[in-house]
Amino acid sequence: MSISSINKRLKKEFGGRFNATLENGSVFVRGKSSDWGEIISACQAAAKKYSTTHVVNDIVYTGEQPAPTRIPSVKDDSLEGRSPDVLVIGGGISGASIARELTKWKLDVLLVDKEADLALHASGRNDGEVHPGIDLGKGSLKHKYIRRANRMYADICRELDVPFKQVGQYVLFRNSAFKPLVALYVFWRKYHDGIEDTRLISGEELMRREPKLTHDTKFAMYNPSAGCVCPYGLTIAYAENAVQNGAQVSLNTAVLSMDVSAHQIINVTTNRGVIHPKIVINAAGVFAEDIAAMADDRFFSIHPRRGTNSILDQKAGAYMHSVASIKDISVHGKTHSKGGGILHTVHDNLLVGPDAVETVEKENTETRAESIKTVFDKQTQTMPELSQRDIITYFTGVRAPTFEEDFILEAGRNTRNLIHVAGIQSPGLTTAPAVAVDMAELAVDMLGKSKTVEKNNNYNPIRKGVPVLREMDDETREKMIAENPDYGEIICRCEQISKGEILDALKSPICVPTVDGIKKRVRPGMGRCQGGFCSPLVTKIIAEFLGVPLSEVKKSSAESVITYGETKVNEGGEK
Amino acid sequence: MTTGNYDVLVVGGGPAGLAAAISAHDNGAKVLLLEREARLGGILKQCIHDGFGLHHFGEQLSGPEYAERFEDELYKRNIEYSTLTFVTKIDKNADGSFSVHTVGRSGVSVFTTKALVLATGCRERTAKQVFIHGTRPAGVFTAGTAQHFTNLLGLMPAKKCVILGSGDIGLIMARRLTLEGAKVLGVYEAKPTPSGLTRNLHQCLHDYDIPLHLSHTVTRVFGVDRLEAVEISKVDEKMVPIPGTQTRVECDTLILSVGLIPENELAESIGVQLDPRTKGPVCDGQCMTSTDGVFSCGNALHVNDLVDYVSQNAEQAGKSAAQYSKKARKLIEVTPGDGLLYVVPQRLNLNEDNSKTDLYFRVREEENNCVLHILADGKEILKKRYAFMRPPEMENLTIDFDGCELNENSRVELQLERLGKGDDVK
Repeated sequence: MSISSINKRLKKEFGGRFNATLENGSVFVRGKSSDWGEIISACQAAAKKYSTTHVVNDIVYTGEQPAPTRIPSVKDDSLEGRSPDVLVIGGGISGASIARELTKWKLDVLLVDKEADLALHASGRNDGEVHPGIDLGKGSLKHKYIRRANRMYADICRELDVPFKQVGQYVLFRNSAFKPLVALYVFWRKYHDGIEDTRLISGEELMRREPKLTHDTKFAMYNPSAGCVCPYGLTIAYAENAVQNGAQVSLNTAVLSMDVSAHQIINVTTNRGVIHPKIVINAAGVFAEDIAAMADDRFFSIHPRRGTNSILDQKAGAYMHSVASIKDISVHGKTHSKGGGILHTVHDNLLVGPDAVETVEKENTETRAESIKTVFDKQTQTMPELSQRDIITYFTGVRAPTFEEDFILEAGRNTRNLIHVAGIQSPGLTTAPAVAVDMAELAVDMLGKSKTVEKNNNYNPIRKGVPVLREMDDETREKMIAENPDYGEIICRCEQISKGEILDALKSPICVPTVDGIKKRVRPGMGRCQGGFCSPLVTKIIAEFLGVPLSEVKKSSAESVITYGETKVNEGGEK
Repeated sequence: MTTGNYDVLVVGGGPAGLAAAISAHDNGAKVLLLEREARLGGILKQCIHDGFGLHHFGEQLSGPEYAERFEDELYKRNIEYSTLTFVTKIDKNADGSFSVHTVGRSGVSVFTTKALVLATGCRERTAKQVFIHGTRPAGVFTAGTAQHFTNLLGLMPAKKCVILGSGDIGLIMARRLTLEGAKVLGVYEAKPTPSGLTRNLHQCLHDYDIPLHLSHTVTRVFGVDRLEAVEISKVDEKMVPIPGTQTRVECDTLILSVGLIPENELAESIGVQLDPRTKGPVCDGQCMTSTDGVFSCGNALHVNDLVDYVSQNAEQAGKSAAQYSKKARKLIEVTPGDGLLYVVPQRLNLNEDNSKTDLYFRVREEENNCVLHILADGKEILKKRYAFMRPPEMENLTIDFDGCELNENSRVELQLERLGKGDDVK
């Protein structure tokens, strides 16, 4: 699309209120609007799917302004003067996996994240599906990585000791008239796009495998290579393995500004000191465009898109053991998400969702009743027995797509010591292991221009997670408890988590001694009572471990106070 | 690995488990009681307010005092018990016995028992189960969790707080937090009538000038780190929030007292059938569930209003478990009629002594001037006039069913007759 045809289109659709110019190889869209939806539509009209010529959204938004980016309150100089070979910005799945791959070389790797834990944004707030790539055609980076990464999953999860289940995915069709069309699609995907595991199965066959899915199914598209993983569990495991191999992870660390001179990032200012990295990897999710701007390399825009998932009781987990979603073919109703699905998680819950809603707020993870309703309205068609009554929790994540709806995996266009890992949205969790390998190599090549980069001969790809006692047979469990009686003291009744497992999480390579940090690592509070019984006990264990008063223990951030000190003291001064 | 053989194994060392274990022992059984926490007493440990034991002991006790009386009885009898012992799995054996697998600090154990009493209590409904939306800050607690922090750990969970739900624990916490210096802004209840006991409405709210807002609920929470405010909406008669009625109330704490759910995951794992009305097992007059040899009592069976009833019902369960003889049951249904929420037991076993059957039931809505009829095959066994009935207050009657000439085709039904003002009993 030429710039004049883009402008013609903008004029036609928006009456000339927006215009586009080509600057340094990107399409800058300008204008003014108080309607965020309209801004998104204008930029989408200017964008070409999967193009490497990116749209930059320079439209002035005059509507209600989003809250400013949250910056951690901590201020110290713990990173002052650090000069790592590689500074990775962002502790999501991309940043954590790249950091780990980088430790295969003798490099000083520093990963920073502004939050109190890893994977607190999109990486920890998605459905955890390991996608087969059935919706991806040739020509995108998403497609380039999907099969290679999907095949890496079993090994990587074994190395990092995180659960992975290859449960298979079904796309259900209720109208047999579409079968020839879908058969053609399957053929094309399989032989043209290399999604080799795709096949069609009959409605009867589906009923034999998943009897609770809708009996109206006439046929289904099946991909046995689809699977599920715990997305934050994998992110934490990657980061822990990176730390074990010499990387440093600094949480509560926000990048505030950069000094760029002669196309090189010289200084990176954070709330914990000024860092002088040789190269910077931008894996900042929804903030990737902000990091790019700081680095004087702004050639793309992110348009945040939120999605809400619900988690159902493990009792509902017995309804279904795979990934499934119904598909109604229609010519209109184009959406960017498949409209969610139902997924049996690695922890044997059902997960339902997500929806997809454009938003101006990058960090607003509020949930709304209508999101849940949208998803359940659709997914009760996939499985009629699905009920909101089985919901134990729900959460919202914000995706970080570009207007081209593809990844950006490349060196800076203007700034030379910079690599962008941006525009990461679904299937970004799936593709991460393969992308990380290539991005680490790109970084090593970049560093190789100024120094020799040697292999790290001490690199150990194996990370041991906290043992999961509830999954052990009686004999193994008995042995473990004999060695450490804390493994026999159950703290979380819903998920059967022992005191020993909680203490192990506190002693892990990246200790996050908060109630949420422990919950993410070993699951107390993830069950049906949602921490009602165990949260006071977990708080107490953390306080005892740290040797601090109980009221010092936080939910997550420094400001997320759980209790305000002690209750009244008797007149005599005695409690 | 520890093992052992028992006549009766009781799961849960709260008021129900304690009473069941004592009663089973007194009826000649070799008993083992298992408790997952470090101390016996269950939730009573954190209920430091008074009002327990009026029916059972004829005096007002605090929760820990009430529990202690039963604990002393347990120790006096040298009944075996094990704390910090968590049941991981129960297997049904071919001979009708059960193998109970546990973990504890000393390792894995498997106990075999002829009869099983499940006294597993209940859990609180959570914020997400009542579909509260918005952010996910610190400062949102269920009432029981807030009570644990305050009374067992001596920590203040709140400075300025809103309570959602007028269930008893919420009311108790309103008073407790006020006494500790917190400001309780109000109690909001989605229903048009209060959910707690009348005495608690007076002693916990009225006496402290804490307002109760009926037909209002919390629809959204604000704040990223710690709670900053809640959105309150008026609800219609179907308890659906009315758009446009939202107001924002600044507070740092939201306490939820929105209902209790009997804990029956272990029961379900051995095939025990649950009653959707009580969410506890369907049981007969001897507290035996649909699975032979498995008994249920206390709040695991149905949520009680007073601990005294828990003890009474658990004594029955313990006694029945001790006398359990594997003989075939002849079961008939006991059903709640129009206007009644549920009745326990849901069945009678005609092969057992039903001369002193305790019936527990609740009305669906507040009722004034009505008559309860208990009918067997349409024939009236008992009628009782009530000037006033409220869903939060459980009703309890002891009935002699043995004099009613019941047979295997009989049906027992509870019916509520509503009288107009001045009407007399028919």
